[in-house]
Amino acid sequence: MIAIIDYGAGNIFSVKNALDYLGAESRLTSDKSELEAADKLILPGVGAFPAAMEMLKETGLVDTIKQQAAKKPLLGICLGMQLLFEKSFEFEECQGLGLIKGYVDKIDDPELVIPHMGWNKLVYNHECPLFKDLPESYVYFVHSYKAFCEDESLMAYCTYGGRVPAVVGDGRYVFGTQFHPEKSGEAGLKMLSNFASM
Amino acid sequence: MLAKRIIPCLDVRNGKVVKGVNFEGIKEVGDPVECAYEYNLQGADEIVFYDITASHEGRGVMLDVVRNTAKKVFVPLTVGGGIATVDDIRETLRAGADKVSVNSQAVKNPKLIKDGADIFGSQCICVGVDAKAVGENKWTVYINGGRIDMKLDLIEWVKKCEALGAGEICLNSIDTDGVRGGFDLPMLKAVVGAVKIPVIASGGAGKLGDFAEAFLKTDCSAALAASLFHFKELTVGQVKDDCRSKGIPMR
Repeated sequence: MIAIIDYGAGNIFSVKNALDYLGAESRLTSDKSELEAADKLILPGVGAFPAAMEMLKETGLVDTIKQQAAKKPLLGICLGMQLLFEKSFEFEECQGLGLIKGYVDKIDDPELVIPHMGWNKLVYNHECPLFKDLPESYVYFVHSYKAFCEDESLMAYCTYGGRVPAVVGDGRYVFGTQFHPEKSGEAGLKMLSNFASM
Repeated sequence: MLAKRIIPCLDVRNGKVVKGVNFEGIKEVGDPVECAYEYNLQGADEIVFYDITASHEGRGVMLDVVRNTAKKVFVPLTVGGGIATVDDIRETLRAGADKVSVNSQAVKNPKLIKDGADIFGSQCICVGVDAKAVGENKWTVYINGGRIDMKLDLIEWVKKCEALGAGEICLNSIDTDGVRGGFDLPMLKAVVGAVKIPVIASGGAGKLGDFAEAFLKTDCSAALAASLFHFKELTVGQVKDDCRSKGIPMR
């Protein structure tokens, strides 16, 4: 069973719909024991980093997520991916979960249309189990902030101005996608299915 | 590289897709969930449902349409038409929409844009704008389906929308809408040049080359059409192939 962490942020129903469509058992939950019992975790999220981190703290799940991420796959999606990093500078400096080294800051380029909204093509940087049987594809992004991380955590990127981290990971159980796999057509469904069958 | 988006729009009344140039000539022609699924197969980058229902019951039916579509179509869904309050936005997003499009109500109450963006994030607030030329490179904003001239300068309005937190502008030209002679390029250029957020071109697509022309001659991010795709004159796939053949990045 995949636990989709419900902490009040974002489009959790879309993630649930996609997993249902794939026939992967999942549950929306903010219950600590369900997170501990699950095979895998998904951390969704849209909106602003400080507000989401605050809501996550209010559920009392921060420590549980950190502990579980050391022993079972965790996938952060969009803002959920950004929360995996050490800190963010959205509005104010704010601590994240610190599961992947790096930080989150504005996409700062006066030439660019912001938010980065729409379909952009993945370029694979390192091997990753999420990419199994999936060629480099267009996936759906919508964000104004991006991750700044080390090359070893950068599994795939896309180009918008410079490189935008698209898939990140700690090399073990922690994964994050800046784009929305649940809104990325066949390519996104394949990636979710790869996660579900890890 | 970021692809340009092709967005089919479905006009929905009481849970049925309708076709018709004006309200008198409206015909019910299909199930919106099936139509959305078909567009998805054709390669649509997003799908817009435009609710032309006036009644309260109709809104509930619309939300069911969104709910059922979100179970089988995995590309972004936008719902427009009749969204007047933060509660309307909330229930639409909870039904499975990724964005809402606010139009007349945002002109009457601009705070709706700010409240929506503050609570749900800018990414889900698209402001639909209907505008018409009043002179050389000057346009004003209309509401209620293009019936009432608000005497509001278009460029001023889109800048205000951006400042209030809109994530995107869907720009519909009343002058080119229904004429099928191509998108309103001067209006598009003016709006794209005035804001940093993405702009969707709407109103005027009549033939295959019109989409590529909008992307080649302006920096708009996406192009939307309804009747052209409804009437099956063109498929989304044909439009994307044409754009691709002209060097425009497409998914």
